[in-house]
Amino acid sequence: MSMLLEVTGLHASYGDFRVLHGLDFSVEKGGISTLLGANGAGKTTTLRALCGMIKRSGTIRFDGNDISGKATEDIVRMGVAHVPEGRGTFTGLTTEENLQCGAMTRSSRAEIARDLEQAYHWFPRLRERRNQQAGTLSGGEQQMLAIARALMLRPRLMLLDEPSFGLAPLIVQEMFSILRKVNEEEQVSMLIVEQNAGVVLELADTAFVLETGDIVMSGTAAEIRDNETIRAAYLGY
Amino acid sequence: MELLAQQLITGIATGGIYACMALAVVMIYQAIHHLNFAQGEMAMFSTFIAWQMLAWGVPYWLVIPLTVVISFAGGVAIERLVIRPLGDAPVLSHIVVFIGLFAIINSLAGFIWDFTIKPFPSPFGEGSQFGGLISNHQVGMIAVTMTVLVILFLFFQYTRVGLAMRAAAENPASARLVGIRVGWMIALGWGMAAAIGAIAGILIAPIVFLEPNMMLSILLYGFAGAVLGGLTSPTGAVFGGFMVGIIENLAGTYIPVIGGELKLPIALFLIVTVLVFKPTGLFGRTVVQRV
Ligand SMILES: Nc1ncnc2c1ncn2[C@@H]1O[C@H](COP(=O)(O)OP(=O)(O)O)[C@@H](O)[C@H]1O
Ligand SMILES: [Mg+2]
Repeated sequence: MSMLLEVTGLHASYGDFRVLHGLDFSVEKGGISTLLGANGAGKTTTLRALCGMIKRSGTIRFDGNDISGKATEDIVRMGVAHVPEGRGTFTGLTTEENLQCGAMTRSSRAEIARDLEQAYHWFPRLRERRNQQAGTLSGGEQQMLAIARALMLRPRLMLLDEPSFGLAPLIVQEMFSILRKVNEEEQVSMLIVEQNAGVVLELADTAFVLETGDIVMSGTAAEIRDNETIRAAYLGY
Repeated sequence: MELLAQQLITGIATGGIYACMALAVVMIYQAIHHLNFAQGEMAMFSTFIAWQMLAWGVPYWLVIPLTVVISFAGGVAIERLVIRPLGDAPVLSHIVVFIGLFAIINSLAGFIWDFTIKPFPSPFGEGSQFGGLISNHQVGMIAVTMTVLVILFLFFQYTRVGLAMRAAAENPASARLVGIRVGWMIALGWGMAAAIGAIAGILIAPIVFLEPNMMLSILLYGFAGAVLGGLTSPTGAVFGGFMVGIIENLAGTYIPVIGGELKLPIALFLIVTVLVFKPTGLFGRTVVQRV
């Protein structure tokens, strides 16, 4: 199976404080990988390192090209959409302007208009709120907006940082079922970072467990899910 | 009654200039969260460039677009060469750099064109309208500033670059994550601010005359307008600029102790009052946000 994202020996630090100590992980073309780990394990740092928001070293191959030296904007332009921790809403812009921002690197107005309709199709609540200042949306709506904005890039790979964080279980279910459909219907590959292992292991095909900057376990999602020792030791459920 | 009407029109005409300066200041403030003290000097230098071209015999209709383009390029260059290397340096470093820019541009203008006061012709000629109620130049000032402001509004509201600039100013990290080249958006903001300043300088020069210190008080009024409207709101800054122009003229005429000489302290008085009683200004918002 060919890999869309292949990471080897990824190191990253904040100043002198080393956070990642050489990670190896990957995402299959059309697949969904998840990176699990407790608070402070380095999940957010990993996603930031992937898209060049912090200094990193190691090899990051995206569709065969090494992107470890590229700037964030250029990585995004290659089709990597990052739904960041905290959602990264443009709070002063309207919902629709936020979505337009997601398509900023694309040129065909007709295609953008079609994708806007598609985004409203995935997330009907956003259509009702299209002219509302995005900062006034509820937490769940802002998370939907963040995902919809990422989809406006027509990404090949989505990086999602704890999309379930702070949301009610029902909303989490709804969101993950949309992510599954997006993955199946539009062949968008995903790397989902989560603490909420139970839900994401239902969706992902491959899982990596991160502990203080090292990958301590990896396998198919089913293996990790069905292994009680791993669940008890690393995932706490 | 006629005096009142005249003062109001004068207030609106100069208010348009303050509005332009306030807008230029706010555009840069939103992008880098610092007040550009050199904004006025940049405008003054642009006006000298226009004057030089006029002196060389270039026709007025060509001088204005040329000056705007040159100023735009100058603004971009200043951002790239001087401001960008500063990065996230502390406030004090920025202040020092702005004061440095101020002094350099000011003395450079003095060095090239000397400090004598020069008359500057109005692009709209002499003469007046409505039986002397309003001069041609004032009509032109109001028309031009209004046009500039409307174009800018349309630009920010309805174009993709305008949206990208707003996004970059509001949340640079998120803007990068959607592929916006934030650094260039900031440079573009500097270029546009410089171009707006150039127009303001050319429009005000026939009234205050051309000399290296001509923009000192104008920028102070611009700051007052920006603070009054709220440094976070371009619309507010424009409104504030017009208000300051009107207040300045009415107070100068109708409050005997103020008169012409004491007009400048009004700007300071306004700045201090707003900062004490409503630091966000009339339009400034603390963006509504749920956590
Ligand atoms: N901006 C930062 N500066 C310094 N240290 C940071 C910063 N962000 C995170 N860290 C540290 O890096 C480690 C990993 O953090 P993070 O990647 O946010 O973990 P996670 O997302 O898994 O909760 C933690 O020890 C955290 O304190
Ligand atoms: Mg995190």
